[in-house]
Amino acid sequence: MALVEDNNKGRPSRAPFSEWFWPAVSTALKTLGSIAVTLVGLLFVTFIIGRVMPIDPVLAIVGERASQSTYDAVYDQLGLDKPLIVQFLYYLWDVLHLDFGTSLLNARPVSEDIARVFPATLELATLGIIFGVVLGVPLGVLAAVRKGSWIDQVARVVALVGYSMPIFWLGLMGLLIFYGILGWVGGPGRVGIFYVDVVPSVTGLILVDAALDGNWDVFKNAFSHIILPASLLGYFSLAYISRMTRSFMLEQLSAEYITTARVKGMSEWNVVWKHAFKNIRVQLITVIALSYANLLEGSVLTEIIFSWPGIGSYITTALLSADMNAVLGGTVVVGLIFILLNIFSDLLYKVFDPRAK
Amino acid sequence: MMGALLDVENLWVKFPSRNGVFDAVRGVSFTLGRERLGIVGESGSGKSMTGRAILRLIRPPGIVEADQISLDGVDLIKLLEKDMRAVRGQRISMVMQDPKFSLNPVTTIGNQIIEAYRLHNNASKAQAYQKSLEMLEAVSIRNPERVMRAYPHEMSGGMGQRIMIAMMLIPNPEILIADEPTSALDVSVQRQVLDIMDKLVKERGMGLIFISHDLNLVADFCDRVLIMYAGRIVEVCDADKLHEAQHPYTRGLLNSLPRLDMPRERLEVLQRDPEWSVAPSVSARL
Repeated sequence: MALVEDNNKGRPSRAPFSEWFWPAVSTALKTLGSIAVTLVGLLFVTFIIGRVMPIDPVLAIVGERASQSTYDAVYDQLGLDKPLIVQFLYYLWDVLHLDFGTSLLNARPVSEDIARVFPATLELATLGIIFGVVLGVPLGVLAAVRKGSWIDQVARVVALVGYSMPIFWLGLMGLLIFYGILGWVGGPGRVGIFYVDVVPSVTGLILVDAALDGNWDVFKNAFSHIILPASLLGYFSLAYISRMTRSFMLEQLSAEYITTARVKGMSEWNVVWKHAFKNIRVQLITVIALSYANLLEGSVLTEIIFSWPGIGSYITTALLSADMNAVLGGTVVVGLIFILLNIFSDLLYKVFDPRAK
Repeated sequence: MMGALLDVENLWVKFPSRNGVFDAVRGVSFTLGRERLGIVGESGSGKSMTGRAILRLIRPPGIVEADQISLDGVDLIKLLEKDMRAVRGQRISMVMQDPKFSLNPVTTIGNQIIEAYRLHNNASKAQAYQKSLEMLEAVSIRNPERVMRAYPHEMSGGMGQRIMIAMMLIPNPEILIADEPTSALDVSVQRQVLDIMDKLVKERGMGLIFISHDLNLVADFCDRVLIMYAGRIVEVCDADKLHEAQHPYTRGLLNSLPRLDMPRERLEVLQRDPEWSVAPSVSARL
């Protein structure tokens, strides 16, 4: 009986410490190494592009009417007299200390700016991807299970509209209807004007900060502001996620092990969720991670329409005003997100697919 | 021979397509007692579809029609889907061709067997686990505890098929449909898997429908053989009298097999006669 107790969890008992510890450490080191190399490569490319652009960063700082001596002093201060590769190493050193330089536009450290705008995007993107997954995955599964039925057709149209409708139009219509006419949601911006800076900023995510502070008025107001843009972003990821889910599911549902499950006398619900769905988790993770990364990059149009102070509009503004430090800083953050999400989905692969071990 | 377990009468499997309805199985009738019944035929002859139609596994748009598929007096064709689920696994079960595809790749073998048992038996996990170990031992799996924790990709084909047999027999069904159970296996393990299946089916007094394209294997292994061609049964004979078969299709199949004791320069080529597919189906009733 002891044997049963030991084994009925269906998991192998843990191997001796020495057998799993060192391989785990070596995997972790390899992963960290590959993050570092990728990041340095990303920094290098962005840095070089920034430096060879026909923009004079000195002029952008000192203005056109500065004297030659002022110009020279700033030129030296920025280290522009040194070879490009040396400049890059300096920059790398600063980045390692989380110093992305000073924004040429507002003379504030870029790292502070990013710490302000990134949480705004993070909040919006996270809520958006939650919508996309919670509605998109079941919709895709249902469309696959009832292939060819009216549900499948509806899902197809919903996704098609999501793919093809420009977000600035949907965003404006959404604002017009739900804010302007019906008044169900808050308008542009993260919170109403009376609620700005009411709760202390701990995480930078207003919903979380308000909840931590216990200030539910702010929470409600912030939620009424975020719900429309988040739904819109969620709708766009829903379109993609539901289509991909449908095709992954169709592939699995025609597999022979599904027949096996039916032969066992299993209900169709369990056949779909316990057997078929379990097999698409790995592919689904990739799709969701990619959609999430896309949202985290900052949807510029959505952010502009909803006056959302996120990273997308930050980078765009910086780019248009040749603020290279800000552009570089933003690029590093976006690159880091992609790398981290990739590693995260790789890790989940190993959890969900026994063949990947 | 005891009374019939299964009585199939005028079974049709139809697939509507753009160019009209395709009939995969056309009016097949037969009975199955507690015996080993072989169904042989070439690809597309409808032998697999016959097996799946009995379990009502043909998915829409495919259509199954029959005067009756009677299991102990209960007509399966009239059962609700819910009641049909109680028949699947518990009373009629099926082993498929290739264990590489018929086992769920991301679930442990243990959980898949336990699931098959618990679907029809009100047993605790520990009881089901114990039962699964016994069942794995019954199909000659060494080290069943380890296999229970393993995933299908860690198994060889022969082991996989034995696991499949264990999984399908654990709810103790009355009928097993074996759909080309050894075609995907290495010749060296085919015999072993067949022997295990044969032993279990005999011990439990089950009826076995053995679907195969291998005439020799079926003649060797079964009691009775149905020969199918183009969705019909063209001939029925006792397995040991297969060499006395009358139908030109069966004769053709037999003559196109190479034999060690009768070496021939050239094997006969099967000449198909279009008349066979329109001729009425031979009934395979007891």
